[in-house]
Amino acid sequence: MTQPQSVGVVTPQRLRFTEPLALRSGGRLDEYELVYETYGELNAARSNAVLVCHALSGSHHVAGHYADAPNNIGWWDNLVGPGKPLDTRKFFVIGVNNLGGCYGSTGPASVNPATGQPYGAEFPFVSVEDWVESQARLADALGIERFAAIVGGSLGGMQALSWTLLYPDRVGHAVVIAASPKLSAENIAFNEVARQAILTDPDFHGGNFYAHGVVPERGLKLARMVGHITYLSDDAMAEKFGRSLRHGKQVFSYDVEFEIESYLRYQGKKFAGYFDANTYLLTTKALDYFDPAFEHAGNLNAALAAAQADFLVVSFTTDWRFPPERSREIVSALMHNRRHVSYAEVECAAGHDSFLLDDAQYHGVLSAYFDRIEVR
Amino acid sequence: MTKTSLRYDHEVIAAWIEPGERVLDLGCGDGQLLRYLENSRQVLGYGVEKSPEGVRACVANGVNVMQIDLEKGLAGFEDGFFDHVIMSLSLQAVHNTVGILEEMLRVGREAVVSFPNFAYWRHRQAILNGHMPVGEDLPYQWYNTPNVRFFTIADFEALCEMHGIVIREGLGFDRGELVKEEPNFLASVALYRLGR
Repeated sequence: MTQPQSVGVVTPQRLRFTEPLALRSGGRLDEYELVYETYGELNAARSNAVLVCHALSGSHHVAGHYADAPNNIGWWDNLVGPGKPLDTRKFFVIGVNNLGGCYGSTGPASVNPATGQPYGAEFPFVSVEDWVESQARLADALGIERFAAIVGGSLGGMQALSWTLLYPDRVGHAVVIAASPKLSAENIAFNEVARQAILTDPDFHGGNFYAHGVVPERGLKLARMVGHITYLSDDAMAEKFGRSLRHGKQVFSYDVEFEIESYLRYQGKKFAGYFDANTYLLTTKALDYFDPAFEHAGNLNAALAAAQADFLVVSFTTDWRFPPERSREIVSALMHNRRHVSYAEVECAAGHDSFLLDDAQYHGVLSAYFDRIEVR
Repeated sequence: MTKTSLRYDHEVIAAWIEPGERVLDLGCGDGQLLRYLENSRQVLGYGVEKSPEGVRACVANGVNVMQIDLEKGLAGFEDGFFDHVIMSLSLQAVHNTVGILEEMLRVGREAVVSFPNFAYWRHRQAILNGHMPVGEDLPYQWYNTPNVRFFTIADFEALCEMHGIVIREGLGFDRGELVKEEPNFLASVALYRLGR
């Protein structure tokens, strides 16, 4: 057994699509580009492809690093690589930046060919299903008829689930991690606070801030702060920051006093420096709208009847954004439909963000599952 | 949940199961019994297991497994969904004995349980000699046993009677051999088919 390794230097690729894409919102993209990365080799039978779907602020950069930016390591590098749970000696792994994103795929900051200006507020609403459709076209272009597996955490898990419903015969296995069959009212409420922070920022300019040479930094920062709180657990925050005071005493000001304040402000500011406000709005709405049972009168059993894949569903005990009960709803509905499904409820203290971490139990189950997948 | 695995135990259970059934195995360990039933009876099987090691082993064995603590019941499992709900050599390791039996008969048409019989004559002999029984079916010392309930065939049948659980068939075994008489004294392991 060799030590797990990095996939090393990777290079993003770009594909242009000229067949118009009709979106669930009624909107339409006449042409668009997707940016993606691949790791490992597609085998002769084209049977070893694994699609990794990203979460809210993720991207196509799943593993490895860039030649000119050795510290820019993929967001799931601990999972993907030679000797890692998603072993690139066996699988051909694909990461893709979602439509509407801000890492190179066509999004609100891209130039609208119809106007020659950035799309801004004109960029249509995109849904989880639209992402799946665009990913299916990417798969077509890469000659992949059927994925050995589609995997994702959080919003990525919803995409994996959606794939099994929209393209049941194109997915061998779906790995749905820290996800939910739909958002709760509380989830939507947090998203709404984040959106309001952006929408009411004077620098937002109705979504057309590009033309003004500004970004709604305050709004984005607040949005990220509220989001970040929900990704962690109370225990994780207490362990990392507690009530530590920067000055060792209470100074009665609105400046940074508690370490957690410092951390949130830092994370928020950093995020606002690289993430697109319109992408944040679009993506949180895609989350809110996701509800495959909606068209089945709320009946998840009926909604998941289309799925043909085998499933691994994983949740984390301290995840209060998408707690284990939400994952178990998916499991129940799959079992109702007599699907092959396994469910791991991982004890991990880190809350929703646990899905990004290198937890031994979590990665152990993933390793065991991916090991069993046949790719002949 | 810890499970010692007895080959004959699996064979007897398999004989009670029709091909193609839906089977739930509670405290399924590494999924060995389910694998056996999938191969010999082509069942659609799901296991329930609490330990991370067991869950990982099931996944590695290609057996469907749910990481759930049995003590919390079987919420999320539909009434009558399963043909057989099995609990092989695990009932003695569950606190909520009556609750889990009722859950088994809620989600399944028939329950199959096996457990070590603490009234087995060798166990009685051990106690007479001043020690807790240790043996093939009770491979633990008193200080490291996962077992929390210590009961006998007679006790179990009395419990079923009290809770309206119908015993459809009961078998006793001693070292893999069927015990025809005095099972409460001569059998080390008991197997039951239960219904409502």
